Amino acid sequence: MGTLVVDAVISGILTGGVYALMAAGLTLIFGVMDIINVAQGIFVVLGAYLSYTLSVHLGVDLFLGLVVTVPAMFVVGVFIQWAFIRRLGERERTAMSILATYAVAIIIEGVLGLVFGVDYVQLNAWYVNRSIHLFNFYLPYIYVFGFVLAVCLLAALYVMLYRTRFGRSVRASLQDRSAARLVGIDVDRVAAVTFGIGVAVTAAGGMVFGATNSFNPNTGYDLISRLLTIVILGGLGSIGGALGAAVLMLVIEDVVAVVWSPIWAPFVFFAMLVVVLSVRPSGLFGQVAGRAQ
Amino acid sequence: MALLEVEGVKKRYGGIQALASCVLSVEQGEIAGLIGPNGSGKTTLFNVVTGYEKVREGSVRLDGKVITNLSPDKIFNRGIGRTFQLTRIFGRLSVIENMLVAVQHERSWWGAAWRRAGSQGERKRATELLDFVGIAGLAGEPAANLSYGQRKLLELAYVLMSDPDVLLLDEPAGGVNPTLLNVIRERIRELNGQGRTFLVVEHNMEFVMGLCHRVTVMDHGSMLVSGRPEEVRSNPKVLDAYLGGVDDEDEETDDQHVLRR
Amino acid sequence: MLAALAIFPLVFTNPTVTTIAVFTLLFMASATAWNGFAGYSGYIALGHAAFFGTGAYVLAIVAQRLDVPGGSLMFALVPLAGLGAAVVAVPFGLIALRTRRHTFVVITIAVFFIFQLLAFNLSITQGSSGIQVASPNWAASTYNNPYYYVALGIVVFATVISWGLRRSVLGLQLLAIRDDEDRARGLGVPVGRAKLIAFVISAVPVGMCGAVYAYFLGQIFPQFAFNPLFDLSVALMSLFGGIGTLAGPLVGALLLESLQQYFTIQFSNGDLYLVIYGALFLAVLLWLPRGVLPTLGDLIRRLPKSGATGNSANAAVTTLSGNPEDGDPQAGPLAVAGGGVVGSRREY
Repeated sequence: MGTLVVDAVISGILTGGVYALMAAGLTLIFGVMDIINVAQGIFVVLGAYLSYTLSVHLGVDLFLGLVVTVPAMFVVGVFIQWAFIRRLGERERTAMSILATYAVAIIIEGVLGLVFGVDYVQLNAWYVNRSIHLFNFYLPYIYVFGFVLAVCLLAALYVMLYRTRFGRSVRASLQDRSAARLVGIDVDRVAAVTFGIGVAVTAAGGMVFGATNSFNPNTGYDLISRLLTIVILGGLGSIGGALGAAVLMLVIEDVVAVVWSPIWAPFVFFAMLVVVLSVRPSGLFGQVAGRAQ
Repeated sequence: MALLEVEGVKKRYGGIQALASCVLSVEQGEIAGLIGPNGSGKTTLFNVVTGYEKVREGSVRLDGKVITNLSPDKIFNRGIGRTFQLTRIFGRLSVIENMLVAVQHERSWWGAAWRRAGSQGERKRATELLDFVGIAGLAGEPAANLSYGQRKLLELAYVLMSDPDVLLLDEPAGGVNPTLLNVIRERIRELNGQGRTFLVVEHNMEFVMGLCHRVTVMDHGSMLVSGRPEEVRSNPKVLDAYLGGVDDEDEETDDQHVLRR
Repeated sequence: MLAALAIFPLVFTNPTVTTIAVFTLLFMASATAWNGFAGYSGYIALGHAAFFGTGAYVLAIVAQRLDVPGGSLMFALVPLAGLGAAVVAVPFGLIALRTRRHTFVVITIAVFFIFQLLAFNLSITQGSSGIQVASPNWAASTYNNPYYYVALGIVVFATVISWGLRRSVLGLQLLAIRDDEDRARGLGVPVGRAKLIAFVISAVPVGMCGAVYAYFLGQIFPQFAFNPLFDLSVALMSLFGGIGTLAGPLVGALLLESLQQYFTIQFSNGDLYLVIYGALFLAVLLWLPRGVLPTLGDLIRRLPKSGATGNSANAAVTTLSGNPEDGDPQAGPLAVAGGGVVGSRREY
């Protein structure tokens, strides 16, 4: 039992890292734009399908394929922001964004269904089925690679946010949009690029997710519920919070699956959100409600 | 014993000491003024007194009873009404509906669902108050259509719906044209004549000096001077607070000019 | 309009048409109920499908336990389902309403998924094998009619609630909360309680609809009783018709649900329908953010006011899009809450 638990903890951490990446995109988008991108889940699925197409139809390695899928998703993100999100007024922006992105999500889901059908698929490569043998544990290579990828991308995100000028603009917009505008930051451009980045990371997350889970167009719902839960738990707008919450929740879920039953694991996932929010309505590391705009 | 008493209130925001041991007392029936340069803590103090901000040190007393850290609605219930610097009205509701929101209902669970909003008596009173401030003609307008000055009047009117004993007005004269200013001043005097007590925060020196019985000056989170307008105006410490170390007379602001007069 | 609805099934006897009608009515009721909470308070709840499903399962489980036979008696369980929904709405609301608006939306989604998971996994709901509900032995040609009338009854019920709510103190409080919750609180409005009561009230018609749905289909499964698209549809319908208005959700549901049903029957391809639905939703959000009725109302109002045409159209629009009792622009200021006869219209 003990080893099973440790195993669960390790796999929780590894998958948590990947979820953290996708959740980071989501929380970043909210932080900068006050928008809850409910389509993030289906974007992950889209990213997975893109990797699938490259892998199955063109024989491109999954990780290599990211060179194509990540920029592609970035473009998708920027397009969606430019075409739809931008047109939402300031009034009730967040609520409208939820509905608008939900609409985008079901459009994409429909399209994916039309193109790929509803059968479950899964990404495949040599490292998906083989494991690395470490001490007494078997860790599938894909988990390890995926985790490393997530860490690298998160690190890149960190560098971008804290060491570049653009990153400064993003952080300024994150804190106070009006003030940022006043000092000459092109908030709209920052918004578009941020949205693009937030979506681009789903390409990477999608690839790893697609390699470790079978998926079809409907998988988006489950994904977005989890991502939202992670983001809310970690506190909207806090990337560190998203990271912490992702790892925490995945670990707990995996442990529960082992200790209690796999059926109830997802339930615990959501129940945790409810419990935390009852005690701390702004999430674990959330920004205080009513930020300056 | 003063009607409203603030003692030893301290408030920090991170590294900034917004309020450092505030002491204020407002006597029953007077119109008290609270002035001070920007950043001196006036609005923060207001927020503390009306329950919009919490403090860990110090106390606020109304008629001897402690009301520190009570929530805003409880404070409102105790008879303290408050207006805001940037007027807060319910834009999508009509003017008279804004008034009706302020009607106090008994706290039963289901009553609110069944009772029709705006009984005869309530509407009558609302209309009277709207008439008092002079915007009765706009009763059916969505409040968002009101001009800035009209909104200020609306805010004053609906705060009066609960018949408060004490009114805290946050910059009632801010951004208002002189005619309207007179209207506001007259209304305050009339309400004061009815026995209501006022605490007014203002930047407009003429307004304050002409209206208030007593003026308190704040600077950097604490009280500097308190007394009758004429005394305060000529107090060198007050001039210093506003002038902030400038010697040259030519660089006086309007406020400082009024103070000097 | 009520008269037209009442004789509808007698006129259009084609069972396909009446089936569409039943679903349409169920959505009309649900959208109206949802709007009574979300439209008035501004808190977009995307978890009402939980009440729909709860109502469905309450009927199914009780019918099973008490061995209720198919027939008119089953309908007696519908109010019970509504009650069941109200009961679960209390803890749901207590948890969800503690949070601010954006967090609120997400937490309603999360709680909804918890409900769905419970439905899949609890033994009482028999998981993915679903529960059968006894079907009545009515003639095929008029089989749908009792369902139709019961659904119509729920629509009336929901509309009456919505109408009454708007005239009430609670309604005013919700509208104030929508505009400036903190200020409302500062003026003594019991915001927590108001939101909770409205939330619970809104759950009742939705639960009843779920029960009728279960009975109509004859069996329920977790993924259909607890269907995330339900919430989206209800929100879209209210938005489309005009959120916060009285007739908006009714019109929106009428148009959209009949459209949806038509689509699923004509094109059995569910995916194409998703794409179109989503595109429609997006179009509404971007270009008709206040909904069809208010926008229509604005257009009509811009017609020259002089002359009978202008006034009666004005009055008609006001009646439809706002307070049903007020055709006269000068009367009842509370008309403005729904109608905005003068000046700017009700915003989303």
